[in-house]
Amino acid sequence: MSTSLTLFDKIWRAHEIHAREDGASLLFVDRHFVHEGSHHAFRKLAERGQSLAQPELTFGVADHYVPTRGRGKAIADPAIARMVSTLEENAARHGFRLFGLDDPRQGIVHVVGPEQGLTLPGLLINCGDSHTSTHGAFGVFGFGIGATEVAHVLATQTIWQKKPARMRIRFEGTLAPGVAAKDMALNWIARLGTDGGRGAAIEYAGSAVRALSMEGRMTLCNLSIEGGARCGMVAPDTTTFAYLENRPYAPQGAAREQALAAWAELVSDGQAEFDREVVIDAGEIAPIVTWGTSPEDALPISESVPDPARAASESEATRIRASLEYMDLRPGMKLSEIAVDQVFIGSCTNARIEDLRAAAAVLAGRKAKVPGLVSPGSSLVKRQAEEEGLDRIFVEAGLEWVAAGCSMCVGMNGDIVAPGKRCASTTNRNFRGRQGPGARTHLMSPAMVAAAAVTGHLTDARPLLEGRL
Amino acid sequence: MTGWTRHQGLAVGLPFENVDTDQLIPARFMSAPRSEGYGRFLLHDLRHDANGAPIRDFPLNDPGAEGASVLVARRNFGGGSSREAAVYALADAGFRAVIAPSFGDIFAGNAVNNGLLPARVSEADADALLAATPGDLAVDLEACTITAGERVIGFEIDPVWRTKLINGWDDIDLTRAHAQEITDFIAARRAARPWVWPHGVGS
Repeated sequence: MSTSLTLFDKIWRAHEIHAREDGASLLFVDRHFVHEGSHHAFRKLAERGQSLAQPELTFGVADHYVPTRGRGKAIADPAIARMVSTLEENAARHGFRLFGLDDPRQGIVHVVGPEQGLTLPGLLINCGDSHTSTHGAFGVFGFGIGATEVAHVLATQTIWQKKPARMRIRFEGTLAPGVAAKDMALNWIARLGTDGGRGAAIEYAGSAVRALSMEGRMTLCNLSIEGGARCGMVAPDTTTFAYLENRPYAPQGAAREQALAAWAELVSDGQAEFDREVVIDAGEIAPIVTWGTSPEDALPISESVPDPARAASESEATRIRASLEYMDLRPGMKLSEIAVDQVFIGSCTNARIEDLRAAAAVLAGRKAKVPGLVSPGSSLVKRQAEEEGLDRIFVEAGLEWVAAGCSMCVGMNGDIVAPGKRCASTTNRNFRGRQGPGARTHLMSPAMVAAAAVTGHLTDARPLLEGRL
Repeated sequence: MTGWTRHQGLAVGLPFENVDTDQLIPARFMSAPRSEGYGRFLLHDLRHDANGAPIRDFPLNDPGAEGASVLVARRNFGGGSSREAAVYALADAGFRAVIAPSFGDIFAGNAVNNGLLPARVSEADADALLAATPGDLAVDLEACTITAGERVIGFEIDPVWRTKLINGWDDIDLTRAHAQEITDFIAARRAARPWVWPHGVGS
């Protein structure tokens, strides 16, 4: 047997408490993030009369339901107010730290964890949210779990898992200017399909991944779930270590020295074997938009809406027809002819400072032709953007600058796209009704959303970025 | 959770790919307590028009699908959000098994945790089963077979999940047997890698 290990193998091995004969392993959970939507799990815990196993490894964040306007005032919607207060009550009862609605560190859980230095290389992180894969950007085994599993982690600080297949996606070469991590993710998902990474642990590697900032790596890992993977990860390097320096909960002093030594080991060995390997030429990737109701329905902006008559199979044709009917698009029309009603810049996918800067680079000195909402990923990102003057660029362009939360990505807080309206969005899911009943969503990078705002239709952002990058 | 090995019931077809968990239960319904029952939320926005009236030709609204307990669908069923409420909606509507060529990873795990079988079949077998819906079929977890009329089809499921469904195991109960191993593991990890614990929290 080969002694060469992948990055994933190393993290798995470091967390294995017990390996059962049938192939399931009991793994230790280093961080558990909970949010308002975790109420089912807390109820399960209460029904069993159980307490929280490790309050100091559990952190709560109010994000899914929180209003993005009128912060500091009472929440008007009683159902939403109840969700937020239930989380506060559970935090008080079980003694875990909460970044609540009025906390200056509040934000989307997958933005707050890294920002606070809670997300560290080599950890296993769980959260009752599928985009927990985001934390993989730090060389973390991070994966979303359902309510039964959340209750299990709360009660035991462990989780049962069967070892996933190991997959590596290498992006070799250099991204063209104006092409972003979002385009890399949509590129591989369009290529392999929404079940292309089914259940696998993906390691993203290659020179184009190494060249990404932590923000870009988080976007790439965030979307792993849209390709069906259990998790996505990037081996930590000097970019990672620099990001973590002086973060509040990250190791300091001697502990940091010890951590750095351990983190340096977190790479796939040269001879390590993967169950599947895909190589993508990063230089070939163009800005991408989605046209349908699944993230795999993605094409370069220069292309046209697919024709179901040319589909590979009847079920594929049926799917395309249904998508086009819902999206109200004609086969063969240029993607750049699709007019939008509004834009949204936000979500755990693309609402970190670098994303806001990319959108602002397009919007500076220009007016948006359509209305739009900009919701930063966290209250700290909001503050930093305001220090950099980005908020003024958005507001002067005619967009609304609001507080941090999941907002219009999932529509739980009332920020929704009206029925039949079309939204260019930096989010992760173009599912039917995701942004509100009857809403039509086109996914793309922050610069591309900003370009859609400026022109009123889907368009290549690159000409608008000329001289601005 | 109660274990089971065989189930016979009416199967209804949902002949679509990528039925994501946002379709299975739209987000706006998820603040309700489970005790209120989630069955009425199942596929709500696909089953109803903009005015809330049932869409007559939607498969689940077919009077012939009344009382269905098995759902047959196409690839990537249950992709997307980790919301276990998607499984609650299916379970509370009376479903015991979903048959499809592939499943969302988190959805399938959630299903098993609630006694709902995610049975994986080939694209061709899914098509054949879809053609026979609505109609009765039998699922055998021991043999990993689906019997519809004369046709017997094999299905795939992770052996760990199969055992769990058959025994009706609850993970928290199982894990309790490993309490000492967990305590020892934490002590060893904390000694070897103190940096794992959040700076400035606890002792």
